[in-house]
Amino acid sequence: MSAPIDLPKWADTILVPAVSVVAAFLVAGLVVLGIGENPLTATRLLLQGSLGTGEGLGFTLFYMTDFIFVGLAVAVAYHAGLFNIGGEGQATLAGLGIALVLNNLTFLPGFLLIPLGILGAAAFGAAWAAVPGYLQAKRGSHIVITTIMFNWLASVLIVYLLVNVLRAPQNMNPETPAFPPQSHIPFMHEAFAAFGIEIPSSQLNLTLLLALAAAYGVWLLIYRSRLGYAIRVVGSNPTAAVYAGISPARIIVIAMVLSGALAGGLAVNELMGYQHRLLLEFTSGYGFVGIAVALMGRAHPVGIILASLLFGILYQGGAELAFEQPAITRDMVVVIGGIIILFAGALDGLFRRLVARVMLRPTLAKA
Amino acid sequence: MNSAIQLIAIDKRFGAVHANKDVNLDIERGTIHGIVGENGAGKSTLMSILYGFYEADSGEVRVGGHPVSIRSPADAIRVGIGMVHQHFMLVETLSVVENVMLGAEGGALLRKGEAKVRAELARLSRDYGLQIDLDAVVGDLSVGLQQRVEILKALYRGADILILDEPTAVLTPAEADALFELLRALKAQGKTVILITHKLREIMAATDRVSVMRRGEMVATLATETTSPPELAELMVGRRVLLRVEKAERKPGAPLLQVHDLSVVDARGVLRVANASFTIHAGEIVGIAGVSGNGQSELLEALAGMRRPVLGSMRLDGQEIAFSEHNPHRMRQLGLLHVPEDRLRMGLVPAFPAFESAILGFSDEVALGRGPILDHDRMIADLTDKMKQYDVRPPAPRLKTSKFSGGNQQKIVLAREIERKPKVLLVGQPTRGVDIGAIEFIHRRLIALRDEGVGILLVSVELDEIMNLSDRILTMCGGHITGERRASETNERDLGLLMAGVTDEAA
Repeated sequence: MSAPIDLPKWADTILVPAVSVVAAFLVAGLVVLGIGENPLTATRLLLQGSLGTGEGLGFTLFYMTDFIFVGLAVAVAYHAGLFNIGGEGQATLAGLGIALVLNNLTFLPGFLLIPLGILGAAAFGAAWAAVPGYLQAKRGSHIVITTIMFNWLASVLIVYLLVNVLRAPQNMNPETPAFPPQSHIPFMHEAFAAFGIEIPSSQLNLTLLLALAAAYGVWLLIYRSRLGYAIRVVGSNPTAAVYAGISPARIIVIAMVLSGALAGGLAVNELMGYQHRLLLEFTSGYGFVGIAVALMGRAHPVGIILASLLFGILYQGGAELAFEQPAITRDMVVVIGGIIILFAGALDGLFRRLVARVMLRPTLAKA
Repeated sequence: MNSAIQLIAIDKRFGAVHANKDVNLDIERGTIHGIVGENGAGKSTLMSILYGFYEADSGEVRVGGHPVSIRSPADAIRVGIGMVHQHFMLVETLSVVENVMLGAEGGALLRKGEAKVRAELARLSRDYGLQIDLDAVVGDLSVGLQQRVEILKALYRGADILILDEPTAVLTPAEADALFELLRALKAQGKTVILITHKLREIMAATDRVSVMRRGEMVATLATETTSPPELAELMVGRRVLLRVEKAERKPGAPLLQVHDLSVVDARGVLRVANASFTIHAGEIVGIAGVSGNGQSELLEALAGMRRPVLGSMRLDGQEIAFSEHNPHRMRQLGLLHVPEDRLRMGLVPAFPAFESAILGFSDEVALGRGPILDHDRMIADLTDKMKQYDVRPPAPRLKTSKFSGGNQQKIVLAREIERKPKVLLVGQPTRGVDIGAIEFIHRRLIALRDEGVGILLVSVELDEIMNLSDRILTMCGGHITGERRASETNERDLGLLMAGVTDEAA
């Protein structure tokens, strides 16, 4: 008989995640201390590398763009009560969609080709997510299992296609020929230059705006639309959905389709915005980071943007840190990221309890 | 006075909620002591403190005159307090003996322990006149017998003081009578019984003394023979309440819902409703009486379109419902609305703000928004009006649904369905877990709806409610409709027999 933990909304949405992050940094600091480095120096390098220079900021925002898409993807499914672990596979397939559209419609002008490429990404990501969604809805196959399996399928499929089908004959690398130039999404420094403003060049491209628009769209969908209402009813209370005449099966498939389409945004940013070709493993495990981002952002678009920024800082600053202080290797940075994921995600309940204990003292009942 | 239990100045807070305020209670040994109060009055908290689920912030518990510290149910059992929960804590696949032994096996090998349990149970059964097959599998026993197993379990563990939490909620009237018989036998043997209930009739029938709680305080302790249901109700609510709603005789109008030969099976393929046929007319309330779990829930869900019947047909306002139309969405469009039995699992979304719960089932209504987007201002304004009309407290449409009390949640559901002007309204357990004050309001509203010409099907496990509100009563047992009576021409005994499956033909 444990009393439910009821916190004021502001505490739940801001205080608890903030406490999680602080605790994660403290523990990470201990780890840094453990390998004989100064945590304060490390923190300074991390922040300077990610936010201190224009170039660093550009990279931070580039990563943030990736994380917003995959975070939103996880969040939409989560609102329907689904745990979509398949962001990696869906983004991989979205990359295939982009390559097929862009390299086959090379004759089209940019203002048509870019939207078509984005649609291709969304469609392929959606289709790859729809299958596990359908299996969950109609056959009860657990979405966590099927999406993980689909990640592997996607990974094997793309290796086969890049090696045997899509590779340019003279190229030894498993990658497609470069996308036609008019299909490249402009870099942010190029866009600014068009208005005569000079900013440091980086991978950051206009896909960031698409990501922010997607975040607004998801907010509108989930919290304001009839469909979002139905999605949340299914996620929160499936029996009530049946009572209300909402088909959980239908909503599950729709939510997964939307989720997969959003995961496709990762491919848009990485491939259309930066790499300009399809290559192996461009998703770099970011699909999984999306889970942590969504958890930490409480599946709310604003929270996801903030969490994405944090992870952007961590990825970019971490790379700088590994460069500046060789004792802190790239792996160490992954460890720090892992600690944050652990604290923000898995140990979240711990901090809720703690915050509740402090705020509601002395009333918490013995569990 | 020879006290079994004394509670002295018990105080308990949960955050802002002051669940028990300086509660004093003295329970005499060898009596049946009732505790009544509305939901949230603090009865359950008090009993949880007594049984070691919670610790009081301050105050003292004395058992047999000695101060004791009860920090866990194990402590409670040690000092001789046993509890029979509303939801049984039994393993359905084990036998009676095995269930009683559970947690008291007496060693790694069962044989010796079992022999001891058997002998002890045989003695207990004899002493208290508890007839029960010790080797029966618990899942095969009726609910009434399962409850006896729970009582046996407590007695076997040496309980001198037995707490029963809403014990009759799941029983037929006959089973309830048998339970009270048993409690009197326990009392004759010197045991003390604490009976928590909200049914005043049972308090009057079974207890020696009764304590009333209101808003965390113990407002009165009375000898049962010196009090009356109206007085108790007034003490519980803090104002005068009408326990019986007045209703005028009314001539029913045209048939609105005609059900013919309806059969429903559940997910496991078990027949839940068997060939049900009945008609509901405009301006009448038809009650379905039955012990819970006898097909009423499945019948309601089938009528509401949530379950496809395997057989049978339905006409709504003269129009045949096609198989393809048999879904909740279409039924709503046709004017058949549904207040479901379980408001938290089905009728509302506890995590949503109230104004979102207040459109559950109607989120596609054109008037509620523009195109695919819902108009929150409009939804909030709508609910604000309804909250005023139905006296929902607090009148806060943005408050999370789960933060409202049971009665206020129920009013939100009722307002949602009733204000959409149904032709036929299905109502399941309209006052389960609802305070007496709100019950009066809900009953009046249903009668008013009847008088406006709506056909109402009422399913309730509260026989009083069925008899009080209905014009006609159908009884269900094992999925069959076992009888039909005019409410004015029947009584509890008569209905009890029909509910137990003794049909007219057999009787």
